Amino acid sequence: MEWDWDFVRQILPTLIQGVKITILATLLGSVLAAIVGLGIALARRSPNKALSRTVGWAAEFIRGTPLLVQLYFIFYVLPDIGILLPPLVAGVIGLGLHYGTYTAEVYRAGIDNVPRGQWEAAKACNLNARQTWTHIIIPQAIPPMIPALANYFIAMFKETPLLSAITVLELMNQAKSVANTYYRYIEPITLVGAFFLAISLCSVVLLRWLERRYGKIER
Amino acid sequence: MTQWSGYLGLIVQGALVTIGLTLMGSVLALIMAFLAGMGRLSRFFILRALATAYIEFFRGTSIFVQLFFAYFVLPLIGLELTPLQAGVLALGLNVGAYAAEVVRGAVQSIGREQHEACIALNLGRWQGLRHVILPQAFLVMLPTFGNNAIELLKATSVVSLISLADLTFQAQVVRAQTGNTMVPFATILVIYFILALLISWGVRSLERRMARGLDGVRV
Repeated sequence: MEWDWDFVRQILPTLIQGVKITILATLLGSVLAAIVGLGIALARRSPNKALSRTVGWAAEFIRGTPLLVQLYFIFYVLPDIGILLPPLVAGVIGLGLHYGTYTAEVYRAGIDNVPRGQWEAAKACNLNARQTWTHIIIPQAIPPMIPALANYFIAMFKETPLLSAITVLELMNQAKSVANTYYRYIEPITLVGAFFLAISLCSVVLLRWLERRYGKIER
Repeated sequence: MTQWSGYLGLIVQGALVTIGLTLMGSVLALIMAFLAGMGRLSRFFILRALATAYIEFFRGTSIFVQLFFAYFVLPLIGLELTPLQAGVLALGLNVGAYAAEVVRGAVQSIGREQHEACIALNLGRWQGLRHVILPQAFLVMLPTFGNNAIELLKATSVVSLISLADLTFQAQVVRAQTGNTMVPFATILVIYFILALLISWGVRSLERRMARGLDGVRV
């Protein structure tokens, strides 16, 4: 089996179609994960024991089970109870929920890292709970979290090929269909690998920059 | 009412495959983690470069792509692998790359004075590593190794896509035969979660065992 550059040129447009969907799924999934994570982190801090315990266990459960099975669950089980989702939406919900449980831990660590004195100062200034969060805690908690959050978004990007299992036509699925049509596997799969490697290496550079820019916690 | 007992047998078979895959993958990952982790700390440039290339490559591309590469592309260049071999290879090499960074971080976290003490006691490089540095570093690695093992367990679900009959694959079989989606997928989610709990419980008890006799050494 020889490497064939003509074949590469021929399949490249199809693969680029897939790349677009892959990136779209990653972006939407990241936004959802950021929101879900914040929700979980806040619910776990809630004084309501029943709420914080339930959310805590649910998050633990989602984190302890494979994303692939969760995707199957969302895509195949929810239609039984009348919720019919397009593949991409189901995939984004799966990615967002799964990585939301990871980003929740990042938020938790970020919020815990705000010194006690800040909470006490907010109380001394007679700020109410909402003002304390929006003006004091969140602005200080977010910047140190950014590198860790970006880390999970890159990890999510590498999980997007799983969406091909629920028929989303992203990069991996396009590559597979091309491979099955022409019965040549070496070029499509290698190109997918090269593409992921290229994006990952670029994002490592971005991550290092984010770490330098935001990673330091001022004491 | 469907005859669930027969299908339960299928699920149990799948669970055994998943467990076997997790164990074999973990062993390979552990070996690769120590080889590559120590390689990154080597005196020799070539070893450091090799280890870095391995780690960046396997962390930079998706496990899914690696698995497909191992299963579909390697046969084309003359390396025929069964699905099980391809699965163990991809999982072990992938998780090993993540764990290698854990090994490196843990060894580097051991204080200078321990290295100086080795020299003072006239221990060779290997002796110092074997009797002084690694026993302490291993304890630092253990919690993260536990997380890596859970990641590996979750990643095993992907092998169902290269026709290896693991839990996820068997759930699909049950789904195809009974037309019921909810029960098989809910069952395997619970099984995966229990396995993940078992891993974290096992690692925690191993940690307690290993910590014996190190009181006062570490703060």
